[in-house]
Amino acid sequence: MSIAKPLPHDAARLHVTGQARYVDDIPPPRDALHLAFGLSEIAHGKITKLDLGKVRAAPGVVAVLTAADLPGANDVSPSAHDEPLLAEGTVHYVGQPLFLVIAQTHLAARKAARLATVTYDEHPAILTIDEAMAANSRFEDGPRVYEKGDSATAIKDAPNTIEGSMEIGGQEHFYLEGQAALALPLEGDDVLVHSSTQHPTEIQHKVAEALNVPMHAVRVEVRRMGGGFGGKESQGNALAVSCAVAARLTQRPCKMRYDRDDDMIITGKRHDFRITYRAGFDDDGLLRGVEFVHYARCGWAQDLSLPVADRAMLHADNAYHLPHARIESHRLKTNTQSATAFRGFGGPQGMVGIERVMDHIAHHLGYDPVEVRQRNFYTASQQISETTKPQTTPYGQAVDDFVLHEITETLLAQSDYAARRKAVAAWNAQNPVLKKGIAYTPVKFGISFTLTHLNQAGALVHVYQDGSIHLNHGGTEMGQGLFQKVAQVAAASFGVDVEAVKITATDTGKVPNTSATAASSGSDLNGMAVQAACDTIRERIAEHLAQTHQTDPRRVYFENGKVFVGDDEMTFAAAAQSAYQARVSLSTTGFYKTPDLAWDRLKGQGRPFFYFAYGAAVTEVVIDTLTGENRMLRADILHDAGTSLNPALDIGQVEGGFVQGAGWLTTEELIWDAKGRLRTHAPSTYKIPACSDRPDIFNVSLWSEGRNREDTIYRSKAVGEPPFMLGISGFMALSDAVAACGDAYPALDAPATPECVFNAVNRGRTS
Amino acid sequence: MSDKMHLKMTVNGKQEDLLVEPRELLIYVLREKLNLTGPHVGCETTHCGACTVELNGKSVKSCTVLAAQAQGAEVTTVEGLSTPDDLHVLQKAFREHHGLQCGFCTPGMITRAHRLLQENPNPTEEEVRFGIAGNLCRCTGYQNIVKSILAAAAEMNAAKEAAE
Ligand code: FES
Ligand code: FES
Repeated sequence: MSIAKPLPHDAARLHVTGQARYVDDIPPPRDALHLAFGLSEIAHGKITKLDLGKVRAAPGVVAVLTAADLPGANDVSPSAHDEPLLAEGTVHYVGQPLFLVIAQTHLAARKAARLATVTYDEHPAILTIDEAMAANSRFEDGPRVYEKGDSATAIKDAPNTIEGSMEIGGQEHFYLEGQAALALPLEGDDVLVHSSTQHPTEIQHKVAEALNVPMHAVRVEVRRMGGGFGGKESQGNALAVSCAVAARLTQRPCKMRYDRDDDMIITGKRHDFRITYRAGFDDDGLLRGVEFVHYARCGWAQDLSLPVADRAMLHADNAYHLPHARIESHRLKTNTQSATAFRGFGGPQGMVGIERVMDHIAHHLGYDPVEVRQRNFYTASQQISETTKPQTTPYGQAVDDFVLHEITETLLAQSDYAARRKAVAAWNAQNPVLKKGIAYTPVKFGISFTLTHLNQAGALVHVYQDGSIHLNHGGTEMGQGLFQKVAQVAAASFGVDVEAVKITATDTGKVPNTSATAASSGSDLNGMAVQAACDTIRERIAEHLAQTHQTDPRRVYFENGKVFVGDDEMTFAAAAQSAYQARVSLSTTGFYKTPDLAWDRLKGQGRPFFYFAYGAAVTEVVIDTLTGENRMLRADILHDAGTSLNPALDIGQVEGGFVQGAGWLTTEELIWDAKGRLRTHAPSTYKIPACSDRPDIFNVSLWSEGRNREDTIYRSKAVGEPPFMLGISGFMALSDAVAACGDAYPALDAPATPECVFNAVNRGRTS
Repeated sequence: MSDKMHLKMTVNGKQEDLLVEPRELLIYVLREKLNLTGPHVGCETTHCGACTVELNGKSVKSCTVLAAQAQGAEVTTVEGLSTPDDLHVLQKAFREHHGLQCGFCTPGMITRAHRLLQENPNPTEEEVRFGIAGNLCRCTGYQNIVKSILAAAAEMNAAKEAAE
C-alpha cells in the first residue's frame, strides 16, 4: 500500500533536471507582451497630476493603462472590495500600483514605468501602531473581544501578577519564485490564465469581474508554485487581472512577473503585532487569569486581516488552560502594504504572546520555564473520562485530544533537557562574554478554516481503459508535497503503484469553486475528496466484476496492481478494460466537507477547529554579549503528524517550518522609514536563514504514537503550518541567554536581531 | 537599441553562436534564447543563487554576469548534468533524500553542489553548509539538501575507489 511511505516528491525528477516548469518557464507565445506597474512614491495623498507622456513614448511600449481604461471592476481585493488594481485618485502606501505599462519586453516595461511625472497633494501618513490608535484608524468599528470568566477579578485576587508588552515584527514571504502570471486570449471573450497562486478560484473570480464576463469564460491553471507560504493566497490577483485585462485589450498573450524588489515593495507580508499582557498566578505558576491586547498592523486594505487577527486570538491560549481570560484585538489601518496571509495566519503571533507570559512567570518565580508550562497544560486526552471533562478554550471549544504531556516527556528525555539545562548554567557561570540559553516551547494549532464554508473540496478522477489513472483536485502544489500525498491516497484506493497515477495541474475547468490551498488543509480536504471519487469508481468496477464472476462485490479486492475476484485474478488494467467493455463509467467527481464545525466569529464562541495539531521543540543558543551576535547550537523537535501519509514529506515540512519560524523571530527584519518606505526590500538587507545559519545539531522526528482521533484521511494530521511555531523555542532560548546576564526579565522584542539582543543585555546589566 | 554582438560559447557541451546586446545578462540568454529554464531568476542581485551555473569551472550567479563575459567560455547548467538515460549522482541524491520541496532553488543548488564536490570531493557537513551558503532555500530548512550532497559525495567517492 502506498500510504505512510516516504516516497519522493512526484515531480522530483523534473526538478533535479531543471525540467519542472513555473509560470516564468512556460515558453511565451511568439507575440507575448510584458507588463509592469508604475508605483506610488508617497504613503498617502491625492494624485493631482499623472503625466504619462514619457512612459507612452518610451521604446517598446505598446500601451499604458490607468484606472479609467479598465473594462470592468477595478478591484483585486479578496474580501472587502477596497483594493483597486490601479489607484483612483488617492494613494495609500508607497508602492501602490498607479498605472500599468504594456511593452514588448519585461525590461522595456520596467524602464518605462519609471518615467512618469506624478504630482501629489501629500496627506499625513499613518504608519505605526501608535499613530493608528491615536487616529482611531482601524477595520471594523472597534476592537473584537473574546472573554471567558472574569479575568479582572482573577488577576486582582491572585497572589502574583506580571505585566508587559512586546513588539513582534512582520515577515516577508520570500517565496523563491516571485509573483507571476500569464494570460492568453482565447476565442470570443474567453481567457486562459496561468498564475502562481494558492487560490485559482479567486483568480478566476477576480479576472471575470475585471473583464465583465461570467466565471465560465475564465480558466485558471496552476501547475506549481516556487513557494507560497500564504503570500500567494491573494497577492497574485493584481498580476493575473492585469494580464487578463491587457490580453483582452491587445488580443495578445500578456505576461507579468514582479522583480524581487517590486515584489517586496508591492505585496503584503505577515502582520506585525504589539501584544500587551497582564497575568495573575499562584505560587506554583498556575495561571488564575490573563488578559491580552493585540494590536495588529493591517496596512491599507482589509485583505485577510480579520480572519488573521481572529486566529491570533484563537491561539492566545496555545497549549494552556486559561481559567479566566480576556483577549482584545485591534485591527489597525495604516499607510503600508496590506498585510496578508503567512503560514500560521496570525496563530504564531497569538502564540508568542502566551509563551512570553509563561516565560515571564517562570522568571518571576525562579522556576524552570518547562515546569510552569507543564503545570498549565490542558488536561491530557487519556485522562478524560465520565468524571473528568475536557477543559475548554477561551472560545468554548473542548480540548479533548491533548497529547502534549506525552510528547513533552518524550522530547525532554530524547533531548537530554535536564542535563543540558544544568550544563548551560555551568557554562554561563564560567563565561563572562558568551552566554548560552535553552528553551522548550510547545505548539497546539487549530486545524480548519475559521470561515466554515471554506472547509470543502472537490476532486475529479478518470480511470482509462489501460488502467492508468488521471487525478485532479482543487489543491495547489507549492512544494508541500500535496500532489504526492493525494496520489498516494488514490493509488492505495485502487491497490496500484503510485506511478500509475498522473496528477495534473490544478484547473478551474476540472474542479470548480475550490478553496485556497491554505490553513494547512490541503491534504485533509483534497485527500478525502479524492478518496471519495476513487472509492466510487472502485465500487463500480467491483460490482461489474462480481456480476461477471457471479460473486459478491465484497469479495473483490484491489491489491498490488491486481484485482482479485473470488478465485480469479487479473491486472488492474484488465479490470479497467473489462469495465469499459461493459459500459461502466470510469470517471467521477468526489466531494468532501469537514463535519461538526460551528463557529460564531463575532461572539468568539463555538467549535472553529476539527482537531488540533501538536508538536514541541527544545532549542539551545549562544550569544555574544559584546556584539549581540548569536547562533543556534542545537534543536530537537518531536511533532505529531497523526498517522503520517508520507513521513519524509512531513519531516521536510517540520524542518522547513522550524527554520522559517526561527528566521521570523531572529534575523528577518522589516524596516520602514518615516516616510513609509520599506527600506529592507531585497535579500541584501532582508535576511532569511541561509544554510550556514542552520543549527549545528538538528534532530527532528515525528511522534510515533501519533494518530488523529478524528476521521481524517488515514488518520493523518495537517502539517503545513503547525511546525512554523516550533521556531518560537529559538526566540525563547535567546531570552534565556540574555536572562543569564542580569536579574531583570529580558523582555526581548522580535525579531531578536543582534542589535536587539545587545540592547537587552545592556538593559539587564544596568538595571 | 545598442549594437548587437556575436557571442560564442559552449553550453552543456554544445557550441552556440548568438547575437546579443552587450548589456544582456547571461541568465536571460540561457533562459530566453537557449530555452534553458532550469536556472531560475530569484532576486537578480546575486543573493539567492537560483540562477547558479558553471562558467569555466567556477560557480557563478548568472543574473549578474554579462553574457559578453561568457565569450568563448564553457557553461554548464543543471540541464547539462544528466544524460537522457541517467541522472547525475547528485540529481538522484536530491530526489531520494528529499532535498527539495517547491524545487525552485534546486537547479541552482545542484549546480553549486556539483562544483563544490569538484573542489572538495570529501567535504565535512560544515564545509557543505558553508559551501552552499550563497544559495538560499525558503522551503526545506536545508537539512535534506545537506544530506543529499553528503550522500552524493559518498557515492561518488565509492565509485571512484571501485574504479581504481
Ligand atoms: S537570481 Fe541570481 S542570485 Fe538570485
Ligand atoms: S525547495 Fe523551495 S526554495 Fe528550495
